[in-house]
Amino acid sequence: MSTPIVYEPDRAFALPANQRRLISLMLYLGFAALAVGVVNGLAQALNYADIDVFRYFPGLHTYYEGLTVHGVFNVIVLTFAFANGFVSLTTARGLNRPLNGGLLWAAFVTLLAGAALAAGAILSGHASVLYTFYAPLEAHWTFYLGLTLIVVSTWLTSANLFLSLSRWRREHRGERIPLLAYISVVTFIFWDIASVGVAADVVLMLLPWSLGILSGVDPMLSRTLFWFTGHPIVYFWLLPVYVSWYAMIPRQVSGSLFSDTAVRIVFLMFLCIIPIGLHHQYADPGISPGLKFVVAGLTFVVFLPSLLTAFSVMYALEIGGRRRGGSGLLGWIFTLPWGEPSVAAQILAMLAFMLGGITGLINASYSINLDIHNTAFVPGHFHLTVGSAVALSYMGITYWLVPYLEQKRLWGKRIALAQAWCYFVGVLIFARGLISGGLAGMPRRTAISLIDYPLPPGWREAGILTGVGGTLMFIGAVLFFVVLAMTVLFGEPTEIADIPFTDTIEPPPASGWLVNLDRFGYWVAATIVLCVLIYGPIIYHHIPPELYSSGSTNY
Amino acid sequence: MERYERIFFWFSAAVLGLLLCCLAYITLFMDIHLPGHGGRIMPKDGQPLATAVLVTPPFNHPGIHEIGPGRYEAAVLAMQWIFFPRKIEVPAGSEVTFRVTSTDVIHGFFIPGTRVNMMAVPGYVTVETYRFRHPGNYLLLCHEYCGRQHQTMWGEVIVK
Repeated sequence: MSTPIVYEPDRAFALPANQRRLISLMLYLGFAALAVGVVNGLAQALNYADIDVFRYFPGLHTYYEGLTVHGVFNVIVLTFAFANGFVSLTTARGLNRPLNGGLLWAAFVTLLAGAALAAGAILSGHASVLYTFYAPLEAHWTFYLGLTLIVVSTWLTSANLFLSLSRWRREHRGERIPLLAYISVVTFIFWDIASVGVAADVVLMLLPWSLGILSGVDPMLSRTLFWFTGHPIVYFWLLPVYVSWYAMIPRQVSGSLFSDTAVRIVFLMFLCIIPIGLHHQYADPGISPGLKFVVAGLTFVVFLPSLLTAFSVMYALEIGGRRRGGSGLLGWIFTLPWGEPSVAAQILAMLAFMLGGITGLINASYSINLDIHNTAFVPGHFHLTVGSAVALSYMGITYWLVPYLEQKRLWGKRIALAQAWCYFVGVLIFARGLISGGLAGMPRRTAISLIDYPLPPGWREAGILTGVGGTLMFIGAVLFFVVLAMTVLFGEPTEIADIPFTDTIEPPPASGWLVNLDRFGYWVAATIVLCVLIYGPIIYHHIPPELYSSGSTNY
Repeated sequence: MERYERIFFWFSAAVLGLLLCCLAYITLFMDIHLPGHGGRIMPKDGQPLATAVLVTPPFNHPGIHEIGPGRYEAAVLAMQWIFFPRKIEVPAGSEVTFRVTSTDVIHGFFIPGTRVNMMAVPGYVTVETYRFRHPGNYLLLCHEYCGRQHQTMWGEVIVK
């Protein structure tokens, strides 16, 4: 018996044309940000290889300004734009009903305005504070306002999704929420709670401070609030990709997803275990070692949903491979549709994510983290996660999503395939370089090409690998933009009726305890309790904030 | 959930639990700790933070002090873009307790090849103790971005 993952009445689904257009615009805004981000990414990679190209960059003052552009554009603007656009679409499709056009429009305009403000502040040299903007390094107020608007755009998107869901629920009392809509909505519930930390930090402290209303900041409170959001944000980058891996990839490889319930539990685990950002502060003063260890334990628990994902998604891939004639223990791997750029890119992204997960476990490992904290190991790790599991999956999703939105055939399938492999091989070399550099003590976020001490052993080799890998990643990204632009501008018109989504072999039970998985109130309450238990004492300790740190704009 | 899913779930949980036990063992029985909290430095009304730091012991006399046989305390200031003192000299085999604070923005304090790896946060003192067994020149790096000349913020620990 199989069950559809979306709510499907008799008629076929079609999003209104203006909503389809708004979703496209949102995605193109994200890709424009990615384009700016990767150009600076190439310069970062070459910096590790001891080549300083920043002095030749038009309009760019320092290495750190370039690094700020790279971070803000890639992991804030691109990811939020993609989540806004893609997850809106999957929610609409999952519920089989249109969204609120006004909210969709408002989310796009807010994101555009926020990105423009932040870009203006950074590119005029008034916000070289990196995307972590640790106070008391002080950026221009337009930078903080821009970031605020960017976050507000995700809240507007949330409102849109919740509105659609509540309308659907009113019409379908007693029914289970269709899986595709369920995981899409949980992604945004999760982010709404997670984003509270950075929102409080920016709106209550950093923005008034940069406007001169507050005389200073409490740097530790600011840092702690930042990381309250700063860790879960990585799952906000990842969960839209999980939506694709769970709900779309099985269909794209002719397989099926096995268990509906397992997927819901995975997403709820991410939701409930939000307060683990303290593991970014293992090396900080002012936080007790006991609490740090508790958070290390919780961080380990968050590996479970990703390990379960590896199991479920690989199972779905195996079902597909066997249906396509694969046999034997591993034969199914070779019968997967490797010729489809969308599938190939995402399977390669999954492979990179395995390495990303393992290196992440090392970062999370309490005292072992001391070996690599704030070294090049860390960007080595997260270019395997956000830099490829996420970015390469976005590209893979784009290979069916943009043809669907534009109603045009994908241009240059072979180039798209070459793109995925080039990027994948590139990131492996790149990460190998940074990881070995980190183990040899090379710090992250440092203009290595400008240091005035002799290079310690191991740094030069690490830097060369980083430069070579980063160049390959850059070529991969350029090919992506070629395929994207050619598809949008010159793609052959065609009719694509629907997005690809799977069915599940095991349906969601209609009664019993598991029905509670759909009652978000319980899970949100549990999440808030855990957040208060972990963060309550720390925040309480900092109230009222001691605004003794006056700020520095020496960048 | 199917049987295989359950088996996989509990197997994964067991592996993660085991790794966590290893970490607990390292901390409890191998004496490898995270950097500790060494107190606060709070400026009085209107006083700049740097002034408050420079009148607070041990930062009123930054540098290396012998506090017992083979035991030293190093009081180090991190500021844009130097460590003060930049050079720390100790005999091989000595145990050094680093006390670090910042006078301006957040800095890092990292000695590659050792487990001395901590953050210097304005208003806080961070503490770490390490025994330098082997002679040699160790780099001391700021590994948190702290402004324009961040890459020039480094020093040396010379173990003789």
